[in-house]
Amino acid sequence: MTFVAKPTARHPSLKINEIGLTRRDYEGSVSTLCAGCGHDSVSAAIVSACAELGLPPHKFLKISGIGCSSKTPNYFLGHSHGFNSVHGRMPSVATGASLANKELYCLGISGDGDSASIGFGQFAHIVRRRINMLYIVDNNGTYGLTKGQFSATNDLGSTSKRGVPNLYEPIDLVSMAMQIGATFVARSFSGDKRQLVGLIKAGLMHRGFSFIDVISPCVAFNNHNGSTKSFAHMRNMQREVVSADYVAPQVEMQIDYAAGETEDVTMPDGAHLRLRKLHSDYDPHDRLHAINYLGERGREGEVVTGLLYVKSDTENTHDILNLVDTPLNSLDEEDLCPGLDALESINQSFR
Amino acid sequence: MKPAIKPKDIIYNDFVIRFANVNGSGSASANGMFAHAIFRMGVPVTGRNIFPSNIQGLPTWFEVRVNERGHLGRRDGADIVVAMNAETYVQDVDALLPGGYLVFDSSKPMARTLRARRSDIHHIGIPIANLLVHEFADAKQRALFKNIVYLGALAELLEIDMDVLKHMVDDQYRGKDALIAPNYHALDIGSGYARDYLGEHLRFRVRPSDQVGNRIIVDGNTSAALGALYGGASVCAWYPITPSTSMAEAFEKYAAQHRKDPDSGQIKAAVVQAEDELSAIGMVIGAGWNGARAFTCTSGPGVSLMNEFLGLAYFAEIPAVLFDIQRAGPSTGMPTRTQQSDILLSVYASHGDTKQIVLLPSSPKECFDFAADAFDLADRLQTPVLVLSDLDLGMNDHLSEPFEWDAERRYDRGKVLSADDLDRMDQFSRYLDVDGDGIGYRTLPGAHPDKGAFFTRGTSRDEHAAYTEAPEAYIRNMERLLVKWDTAKTLVPKAEIDQRGTDANANANDMGVIYYGSTEAAMGEALELLSERGIQLDAMRIRAVPFGDEVVRFIAAHETLFVVEQNRDGQMRQLLIAELGEHGVASQSLHSILYYGGLAISAGEIYEQILSWIEEQMRERMRPRVLKFS
Repeated sequence: MTFVAKPTARHPSLKINEIGLTRRDYEGSVSTLCAGCGHDSVSAAIVSACAELGLPPHKFLKISGIGCSSKTPNYFLGHSHGFNSVHGRMPSVATGASLANKELYCLGISGDGDSASIGFGQFAHIVRRRINMLYIVDNNGTYGLTKGQFSATNDLGSTSKRGVPNLYEPIDLVSMAMQIGATFVARSFSGDKRQLVGLIKAGLMHRGFSFIDVISPCVAFNNHNGSTKSFAHMRNMQREVVSADYVAPQVEMQIDYAAGETEDVTMPDGAHLRLRKLHSDYDPHDRLHAINYLGERGREGEVVTGLLYVKSDTENTHDILNLVDTPLNSLDEEDLCPGLDALESINQSFR
Repeated sequence: MKPAIKPKDIIYNDFVIRFANVNGSGSASANGMFAHAIFRMGVPVTGRNIFPSNIQGLPTWFEVRVNERGHLGRRDGADIVVAMNAETYVQDVDALLPGGYLVFDSSKPMARTLRARRSDIHHIGIPIANLLVHEFADAKQRALFKNIVYLGALAELLEIDMDVLKHMVDDQYRGKDALIAPNYHALDIGSGYARDYLGEHLRFRVRPSDQVGNRIIVDGNTSAALGALYGGASVCAWYPITPSTSMAEAFEKYAAQHRKDPDSGQIKAAVVQAEDELSAIGMVIGAGWNGARAFTCTSGPGVSLMNEFLGLAYFAEIPAVLFDIQRAGPSTGMPTRTQQSDILLSVYASHGDTKQIVLLPSSPKECFDFAADAFDLADRLQTPVLVLSDLDLGMNDHLSEPFEWDAERRYDRGKVLSADDLDRMDQFSRYLDVDGDGIGYRTLPGAHPDKGAFFTRGTSRDEHAAYTEAPEAYIRNMERLLVKWDTAKTLVPKAEIDQRGTDANANANDMGVIYYGSTEAAMGEALELLSERGIQLDAMRIRAVPFGDEVVRFIAAHETLFVVEQNRDGQMRQLLIAELGEHGVASQSLHSILYYGGLAISAGEIYEQILSWIEEQMRERMRPRVLKFS
């Protein structure tokens, strides 16, 4: 959209967070996506979430596949390394990167083509492997860079810009993630900043695999009447069931919510996930209930959003593989090389 | 009554024995013990497992070559056959050389009826099943101990030291002591029967030797796994595929032993069985990008699947190590048979213009060394390194020099900038060729709060890692990658050159042979056979791609060169012409010597082909020419 570099001066009204940084320190390059693209709102929400949490902006791994969504890691957290990898293969690259250094926040950005079609296998397997990361899908139901083909998350009967209906059943990544064992599963809407920032904060701080499917309308190819991934459709059909936010240890936050029931889920670091249930008939700790609920509401055309399922005390890949606490990429010869005595006994075992 | 064997006819420590068994019948451990006992007697030996893609029921063979002089490549024709599989009985009998020995279970009626098939061999019937019926009540034990009975009989007939064999039983069943006595008993049944009823020993015999020295006997996959362990690999991502699987399993086993933190019990290595090969290489690249030494091991079909990622790693300049244990292709080809047919696939892996570093180990020791070196090379050159072994080298036990390690050795992590380095710099430019070797400096994620972060992509960028589609920036980058390729030539293992054909007066020999990888096992013997016919060949064993200057010089110095390979298309020959054409390497001087039937290449095969080529040339020269006038 614009190629004008961002000014570096700080506006005096910008808030300074607990590590002395402003929101600007969490931004990246100027986006080259279309004006109004939902993905830019997701990037903005990531910036806000990381700034509000006061996380060091260079301590992230930003990994993506290929597509419009996968370009976005360049547009936030400019002090962190990013890797725009291969179509559909972000999960494997993220797995390797996360194994190499468990101390960094691992943020995977993918799209619906990237995760529900070419990378569907990798998506399923990173969920079951339980990498400690936040996996976000910018879901617009279409292939933008190749000019508007339907993707696998596009709803049956939803139409293209030219009015042609989609003839195939959609893949629901949220249901899939719950089915395979993700321990933090959410759906949000790029136009609902308040909800999205809270979910990203909670997802980043969840120790284990967190998944957020963000309906993020494509203004160029999938934002018309007849599309079920348009701004208008989402505004009408969104049904938020549980909102979430992260409450740091010993910090009591004022949450700007209306009436409703709140529940704090304690996390291993002593922090809390504060859940606000907006529908008393929803239980975010019951996986099968959640999957059924999504199906039932979906039949009515509603898009259920919020933190749909959470389980806090779980093992992640590092625990499962029983890996040392030191990041693998900082082990040296002392740690890695078994030495000469061991080699002699190894040789002896082959005699 | 057979005439007694005259002492001068006895052949010590030089024979081939083939065991024909049914897959899954427990024969592998007995046959392995046979080979290992001979090794422990100080005699050079190797065992080749020829097995089907099957878990139970199909035919399998184990071919042991014993050779005092250390010629341990596969040799055609068997001197002794132990025929335990009725299904392959005919072909096994036919595999025997005249005067050879057929050992069979004479309790089986079929074996008796086939006796008439060959009159030029010795038939040694042992009523194995019947002997066991009286000794072991359990049918399962009877089936397993069949193998041990023939082992005992062979020990007697070939004069293998029974104490050595019994020590092997002790080693094998340490901790399962109840199994030792019945194994001893089965060995004694076999040797007792041979002593009491079979009379004279065979013409082929084993006697203690000192030709093994301090060498070890081990397979290439285990060796490569240990090389990766010593070389500092901390991430192994893999997908099961024959014949590479045992490498990942060995790495996992040794990591659990040697990388365990004594206090916490935690492991300093992540081994992940991926959902497919695409994912396995993706994990390796993710880990390499983030500074951990990572590898995958696979075979040809896996390398095919990994091609897209290998192109990304080449272009994005990320260290990665891949072991390709080659098998016969294409497609699933012959999954349990050996070949060297992934040369071109590997060197040019991926779409677009790519050139990948390839290492070609020829022995278990080199599998170990090259595995460790591969991580240094990948880090130094910031690119994938493919180590090409094959099924014969990877899965069979070979006699090898013991593994060595320099206690002072430090891993070469290449050009990685620390936070301090970054603090001292004005500007960090990821893809700028500062040193003129084509290799830029890289940073690892999280290294510095506000310097050194960059965005890695498979799409075009400038020297500062900023996105651009400017033609000149793309070309500059691609040209720099060629500079890096030239740097690689100076770092990879040099070709091993043997000027055996060049005489003491330094008269240049105009004929030579080029070979690589597991062909080495047969090559020394082939050169000796040729030498006995008065054909002296210089020899060069290529150990890596890109080719160093020594390869160019060797080729330039010879008019006629035979390129020996285990594939159909002469892939190394093609590669030499493609890569060294500008140095004058031309197709006319390179002649392919090929064997690709799925078994390891034999010395006889190489000898015959080279000899017939030379004889053909001589006939051609002698032929009277008829000049035609038009």
